[in-house]
Amino acid sequence: MSGVASASGARNAWLTGAAWRALFRDRPMIPLLFLLAILVVVSELARPGIVGPEWIGVILRAAVLLAILAGCQTLTMLTGGIDLSVGAVGSMAGFVVASFAAGAGWPTGVVVALIAAAIAGFVTGIGVGVFRVHPLIMTLGMSFVILGLANVWQLQSVVTSTGVPREFRSLGSQAYAEVVPFSLVVFVPVAALILVGLKRTGYGRLLYAIGDNPIAARLSGARSWQILVVLYVISALLAAIAGFLYSGYTNVASVTLVDSAVLPSVAAAVIGGTSILGGRGGYGGTIVGALILTVVSSLLSSLGYPEAVRQVLFGAIIVAVAAAYTRVTGET
Amino acid sequence: MTLTSTDLLLEATGISKTYGAVVALRSASLAVRPGEVHALMGANGAGKSTLLKILTGAVRPDGGTITVRGRQRTVHSPAEARRGGIVSVYQEPALIPDLDIRSNLRLTETPIEPFRHWLNELGIEDLDLSSIARRVPLASLRIIDLARAMAIEPDVLMLDEITAALPANLTERVLAAVGRERGGDRSVIFISHRMIEIAAVCDRATVLREGRTVGVVDVTQGSEERIVELMLGQIVEDMPAAAERTSDGAKASGSTPRLTARGLSSSERLNDVSFDLQPGEVLGVVALEGQGQDELFDILAGSQRPSGGELLVDGSPVSFRHPADAIRAGLVYVAADRAEALLMQRSVRENIALPFTTRIRQWGLIDLASEGRAVDAAVAKLQIDTRAGSEVRRLSGGNQQKVTIARWVAGGVHTMLCFDPTRGIDIRTKQQIYLLLRDLAEAGAGVLLYTSELKEVQLACDRAIVIFGGRVVAEIDVAEADEPALLRAAYNLRVDAPLPEDVAGEAVAEVVAAAQGSTGAGAEGARALPVSER
Repeated sequence: MSGVASASGARNAWLTGAAWRALFRDRPMIPLLFLLAILVVVSELARPGIVGPEWIGVILRAAVLLAILAGCQTLTMLTGGIDLSVGAVGSMAGFVVASFAAGAGWPTGVVVALIAAAIAGFVTGIGVGVFRVHPLIMTLGMSFVILGLANVWQLQSVVTSTGVPREFRSLGSQAYAEVVPFSLVVFVPVAALILVGLKRTGYGRLLYAIGDNPIAARLSGARSWQILVVLYVISALLAAIAGFLYSGYTNVASVTLVDSAVLPSVAAAVIGGTSILGGRGGYGGTIVGALILTVVSSLLSSLGYPEAVRQVLFGAIIVAVAAAYTRVTGET
Repeated sequence: MTLTSTDLLLEATGISKTYGAVVALRSASLAVRPGEVHALMGANGAGKSTLLKILTGAVRPDGGTITVRGRQRTVHSPAEARRGGIVSVYQEPALIPDLDIRSNLRLTETPIEPFRHWLNELGIEDLDLSSIARRVPLASLRIIDLARAMAIEPDVLMLDEITAALPANLTERVLAAVGRERGGDRSVIFISHRMIEIAAVCDRATVLREGRTVGVVDVTQGSEERIVELMLGQIVEDMPAAAERTSDGAKASGSTPRLTARGLSSSERLNDVSFDLQPGEVLGVVALEGQGQDELFDILAGSQRPSGGELLVDGSPVSFRHPADAIRAGLVYVAADRAEALLMQRSVRENIALPFTTRIRQWGLIDLASEGRAVDAAVAKLQIDTRAGSEVRRLSGGNQQKVTIARWVAGGVHTMLCFDPTRGIDIRTKQQIYLLLRDLAEAGAGVLLYTSELKEVQLACDRAIVIFGGRVVAEIDVAEADEPALLRAAYNLRVDAPLPEDVAGEAVAEVVAAAQGSTGAGAEGARALPVSER
């Protein structure tokens, strides 16, 4: 009956921890936004004057990339899965476009890259949905397959760093008035699709359903393999889009470019309140999670610690935030 | 009961246990003499399994005392009970599936030689101890469990439905081995739904009803009647009977049955089940635990494929590969276990609307307005309290059960399969569910209702079929389907109540005759066995 109490409990929530937890459970965005605000303040205190329009532009450009990849994780984690192949798929997509830029042109490259990503996602989906391979193993295995194939392609076509098309470079790395990144042109529609898709479509409902209780979903007539095949295709397409932006952002075309962003993307989804066990979470939290991670990362750089120390702190902060969030929202 | 406690091997008195709001045992007692095979009897949910678990230390009692050979004991764990000479063989095999048999034996420090001896006694001489447990057939696993228990020569051996998964030849060997324990200084506590077995090997029977010990009976010829009476007790009329109804609509001649099963069987538990479910009818299914009703409903709901037989929906044959096929054919399933049916972290609305979006062409944007109307109508019809509706797990058990039914009511019901839908919910909700099932039937739907509460049959059904050992052994009209008649039929005993010829027909007479014959012959045969082998 705690649920009945929670709505009214929010009114006199100032007193008890339980009431706070009830509020956070019902509105998980509140503690996340609160944490983000604290981090911004800390950044300003650490390096006075750093927080400003340009700083926001820098943060957004990096956060957009992470948020798209974390979208892959959010969608797959809702079903109780995970997608570790986003790094390989994203890198492959960016690389393919660069390799086409000089010859057939980058639009052809985009089409080829998206088709290749869709095929990879389809194979993953068949493995997970039909052959019941655990998503962790399936996507990890697929990322090696994709890396290998990308290496073969690399031997076929010689690419220099100038291969990243100019359009991608401005899309990934430039910003209107140095504040509003051009990559929002891609990100806003993508995010809107994910948000609406999860809340308002039958397919979105089914993602939550098979993650919450696969048996109940099955008994209600849902065929999980169909849902999962489509899911991993969507995830691979999102990863490819992120890969395009990454290559533009870094002006690098490499078959391992996005690999280092895989674990942060999982962390962003987890911090954003999506349960790795499935059935709980959403993309709004994930976006804030990506912002939090990006601010933390920038804060650590601005403090001037050596790379190794930054890595240790980054990892420790991810674990601490995820643990605190779990406690504060009363999730298990 | 004039024995002093020192004459008893095991005595439990005043045992009570509650799980949350559910009272499993109120005041159970059990007194076992040395050298006897003691039956523990009771209808579904009477508390047999809980008492057994308390005696072996797997569950802590809330109250009561247990004495072994006159000394009071507090048993903290099964391992401790085992050292004290109390060993139980549970309904499910207790072997670690990924280890081989020898390693499993080592885990429980079972001596190999006596184990081998008992395997031979029990009829599986050719078992390879290095085979992995999960590859050994179920019947053999049960025998291995039993042999493992007997190998350490326990003072008290408890057998919970040991014969349930066994073929006839192994059952005989097991009963013979159990029977041979009689007259020694060790005892056996024997739980079985099969009266024949009770009559064959047991000396006395303790009968539980609603968590209380209601009687101890010497097992003799004809004591089955006394046991059944005790299990029933006084039939308390704590619920107003459902409104008087005419079942004429159900028997409208010439109408095609909603559902016809012909000779349905599934490899292990179900043999040749046939019945018709008419439109406008609530057909009750009555069975003791594990008589094949689970398999029957799994087959009808599309979760399992039958190994034989035919299924017709509205007169045309169907074959289901997935629950989605069954749903499309109009068979919707209300599962027994709410944890199996509900998305516990999702809202009432999403749970009810779940079947609306399962097909690929329903994957797009949801028409929230029309979905809202359908959900609201179902919520209103079932009177679901949605105050805690943002997460179904915060609802009461009764409300959760209503959600599982509302899910199908919202889309319109053609044929509904309900597996014990009122288990563990309050009486008011039960009443609402009966009325709803009646309403659905009035509107022309067919409803198949398995229930573990026998009195529900007369509250909700038009007629009932009784399944025993994977077969339909009786068909009883609602007027005759009082608890005594159903329980006798469920134990495959002769049905006392005279049945009107026009309803029951010859089939029932045949079943009755068969049941009488087998009861007598089976009891004699099994009773003779241990003697002849001595």
